[in-house]
Amino acid sequence: MSRSAETMAGRPPTIRKRGLLSYKTRTRVLPYFYVAPATALLCLLMLFPMITVLRYSLQDGAITKKDPAFVGLQNYQTIFSDPVFWQAVVQTLYFTVMSVIFHLVIGLSFALLLNSDRVNPTIRSVLRVLFILPWLFTAVIIAIIWRLLLDPNGVVNGALMALHIVNFKVEWFSSTRTALHALTFANIWAGYPLYMVTLLAGLQGIPKELYEAAGIDGANAFQKLRYITIPQLTPIMISIALLDFIWTMQVFPLVWMTTGGGPIYATEVLSTYTYKLAFSSYEFSLASASAICILFLSMSMTYFYIKHQKAR
Amino acid sequence: MKSWKPLATLTSAAALWALSAAASFADTTIEFIQWWEPEMPAGALRGIMDGFEAANPGIKVKLVSGPYSATHDQIVAGAASGTLSDVVGLDGAWVNGLAKQSAIAPMDSLMDDAKYDRAQIADIVKVGGKSMMFPLASFVYPVFVNLDLAKAAGLDKMPTNRTEFADAAKKMTQADKNQYGWVLPLSLQTPNGIQNDVMSWVWASGQSMLKDGKPDVASDAVVGTLTYIKSLQDAGDISPGIFAKKEQDKVEEFVNGRVGMMIDSLAHINLIRQRNPKLNFGISALPAVDGYTGKRGLPYASWGIGISNNSTHKAEAWKLVSYLMSPDVNGKLVSIANAFPGNVNAKPDFSKSDPLFAEAFKIFQSGKLANEFVGLPVAEELMRQMDIEVQKMFDGQQTAQQAAANTQKQWLAAFAKN
Repeated sequence: MSRSAETMAGRPPTIRKRGLLSYKTRTRVLPYFYVAPATALLCLLMLFPMITVLRYSLQDGAITKKDPAFVGLQNYQTIFSDPVFWQAVVQTLYFTVMSVIFHLVIGLSFALLLNSDRVNPTIRSVLRVLFILPWLFTAVIIAIIWRLLLDPNGVVNGALMALHIVNFKVEWFSSTRTALHALTFANIWAGYPLYMVTLLAGLQGIPKELYEAAGIDGANAFQKLRYITIPQLTPIMISIALLDFIWTMQVFPLVWMTTGGGPIYATEVLSTYTYKLAFSSYEFSLASASAICILFLSMSMTYFYIKHQKAR
Repeated sequence: MKSWKPLATLTSAAALWALSAAASFADTTIEFIQWWEPEMPAGALRGIMDGFEAANPGIKVKLVSGPYSATHDQIVAGAASGTLSDVVGLDGAWVNGLAKQSAIAPMDSLMDDAKYDRAQIADIVKVGGKSMMFPLASFVYPVFVNLDLAKAAGLDKMPTNRTEFADAAKKMTQADKNQYGWVLPLSLQTPNGIQNDVMSWVWASGQSMLKDGKPDVASDAVVGTLTYIKSLQDAGDISPGIFAKKEQDKVEEFVNGRVGMMIDSLAHINLIRQRNPKLNFGISALPAVDGYTGKRGLPYASWGIGISNNSTHKAEAWKLVSYLMSPDVNGKLVSIANAFPGNVNAKPDFSKSDPLFAEAFKIFQSGKLANEFVGLPVAEELMRQMDIEVQKMFDGQQTAQQAAANTQKQWLAAFAKN
């Protein structure tokens, strides 16, 4: 009888001790070795910087002083008492929430359009390329495009004036009344293709039988959308919206390249507020405290994301 | 005996290799971080470094180059982590912060050891009485005038005082044709518009924003300048979109013939010629307040140079600094960069440059360099704070007096803190 046959017959396998560790210990320890490289990288690239920033936020004059003193939560108190910080928080939330809502609405609309059998396949292919274009541009290119388009002498004002919608040159990025909305609009334009592509994949995964059954029951197009499409896509929409919320809250290049947080503080968001503290005022401790606040805001959304993923 | 020959050859080869390896190990390599290489013709700065290496056997120079803003971030990060390059290209606005951080070293003892003649240096930027930076090349900011627009507006001479400038701006403005007299960039991303396009009016008239080294922004000189600039905006003579405009937007509008006048760096002359060879433009010194007859302050930006405090090769770094500051090399470098020299004995050769440089050199020699932000603590932040107050003034939220008073308050706090 072979060794494997003996095992199959119920005889316990003979465990030979090889090397310093017993088989039992080896099997217990081995998985840790498998995850060790990833864990080490995670600690080095994620955990260490995060702990360093947290440490800086509790010091006075981190980086700039040779022996920074521990000051507890004083830096947090300082930024919480700064009205510009709270303005940045409100504006970050406005920028993020509006971006996520419109990303979802536009992304879903375009995905439905591209998934519709009523649209000619050739036109669909062309639209597919056109709609995805914004996703191909880097933040710097997007900033340049929108700065040119929304320049007081730019194309947008030219078109609006030609159509007699406005009769003066609107200073989109240069006016305290319009800058935040213009910036949010540029971000919406840049970000909807991700939703569109993801939701299109989701739409193509919905069984056709559901629509056929609904059609037999007399459901119209809106009812099919309301009672089949949306519920089927909801898990995807929630996942992507949560991720988008986290990403958008941290957007920096687009804001920096278009308005720099101005005019005055009209487009100041948490990322620009933090950057200015670090690289303009050299207040690295305050910047670290502000960065930790962003981290906590992101983490709160991450919590919901993980909870949602687990529930699925 | 025959069998020894290959072995002897091998031994000789090994000895030769060891010798050359030892020689290469004996070379000291110093790093030089700056943003100048991309702004000079390809290979120009490397060529100067090759000259230095030939003159100083045993020292090699590794250039670490990038755009201006990226270099700034890299220097700040390098200073924080203690990995700053041996020789550092500096902007005057960065010096104070880096000196306070002990990131850059005082050069006094190095100059003393080398018995260096300080008189040959055009300007030494000091922090706490210690020499931290030499401006190697200076880029003056005159007023650029579109001569075709000026002629069409009936102007036959360059504006020399504020009244003439306002008059010229008014005459050149035709808003219905998207044409304006002046362009003012006040973006908060790069708030150097405050230095180059706002405070330069103060310095041009021999006035100051400082008193005994402390802020004096609420003075009549600054309030008068802010009131004057606001009057240009109220008259509709400034190109719209002020708050989002950056320096490159300013140059772009001038190149496209959309603005009649701008205050800009001489370094952009070649760029303007390349972008629009047909543009007919001239330069003049910045207008002063009416009736002022003293020396004109000329706003400038500079390529400064200093030495890292962390450098383990300070002697070699000093050799490079003194080489670049020597009359011949400095003259050669500024001729290539279209700048003015940091060594008073340097003789730049503008014969191959645009004729406007020779004209600018005359303006340079008849005026005096003026940039009070150089060496100030958190200079960029000071500009940003003032930028916000000036924006509020333009937005109608406050008067020029209030803008100046608020800036003064914030600057005093920043000075006290730093």
